[in-house]
Amino acid sequence: MNILSKIIIPLFVFLIIIYGAKKKVNVYDTFLEGAKEGLIMVFHITPTIIAMVFAVNIFLDSNFLTWALNFLKPLFALTKIPMEILPMAILRPISGSATLAIMNDIFLTFGPDSFIGRLASTLQGCTDTTIYVLALYFGSIKVTKSRYALKVGLFADLMGIIAAFIITKIFF
Amino acid sequence: MVNIIWAGLIIIAIVYSLITGNFDVINNGILKHASSGVNLVLEMMPLIILWTGIMKIAEASGLLNSFSRLLNPILSKLFPSLDKDHKALGYMASNIAANMLGLGSAATPFGLKAMQELQKDNPKKDTATEAMITFLVLNTGGVTIIPTTVIALRIASGSRNPTEIIITSILATLASSISGLLLDYMIRRKNKR
Repeated sequence: MNILSKIIIPLFVFLIIIYGAKKKVNVYDTFLEGAKEGLIMVFHITPTIIAMVFAVNIFLDSNFLTWALNFLKPLFALTKIPMEILPMAILRPISGSATLAIMNDIFLTFGPDSFIGRLASTLQGCTDTTIYVLALYFGSIKVTKSRYALKVGLFADLMGIIAAFIITKIFF
Repeated sequence: MVNIIWAGLIIIAIVYSLITGNFDVINNGILKHASSGVNLVLEMMPLIILWTGIMKIAEASGLLNSFSRLLNPILSKLFPSLDKDHKALGYMASNIAANMLGLGSAATPFGLKAMQELQKDNPKKDTATEAMITFLVLNTGGVTIIPTTVIALRIASGSRNPTEIIITSILATLASSISGLLLDYMIRRKNKR
């Protein structure tokens, strides 16, 4: 697995260039043309990224979430769902690095092979940062009316979280 | 919606910090996190430029088109509004493939490029099309076969079986993606009527 993941990118680049040369594409000039488009793309997504990273990070810094989740503690004690997983589930759609940090904390506190450790691992792997990706993709092409996109994306996330819990319960 | 979430995060952060007297944290945060964003952009920039360049070669040689034709049976079901030679299909297929292989850094430029191609035949430039939303749902489902970062962290914290979560992750991903696509399909059908 390790070797495969190391050769796949070089192989991919190799294949594209060989095939391009075979089809008599001027590979260098075409690369530059595409790269220029990429640079413009970066220019378009920069404001979105700065806006999102800023908002998410000061929200995390304020520790509001820790405080707010305290109120839910009694509810979670009843359902036997480990409380520590909740910040991860809530933050999953907005910040990948924040949930990764929480997952690592869970590993250190409970161990990666505990139920909550496995649940956190599954959760991290099963969905992406929906709100961030939505803002990034639509921001890059200046689409401001996202219609039902967020609703569907967050619904999928919620289903992923529920599924992660049930599947982890069944498997381990 | 993103509008409300963005404003909400900032307002809650500032109000809560003022109440708890955490002036330092919020003051430093406001100054510091703008540069965190810039750092992230700088991290992504070389990869985006490199991959859009490489992929342009694949586009010009017709390789990208052959790849999307290969996946056409699936793609045409998911994106009925696009014809089968649409340029966006190749980029979407590459984005999904890169995501599956855990090559997240390559996936983003493909996804951005796909959106750009979809935007070209969008009659209302400020409004998302159905194809864009379906692609977004597919993308945020995060169809990762090998969650490399998670496995690396599990190894680092001494797991006895670091890869045992691959199968649970795949199943949960499937549940998430399928339910997202189903809801997307239902909304599209309702809008048609």
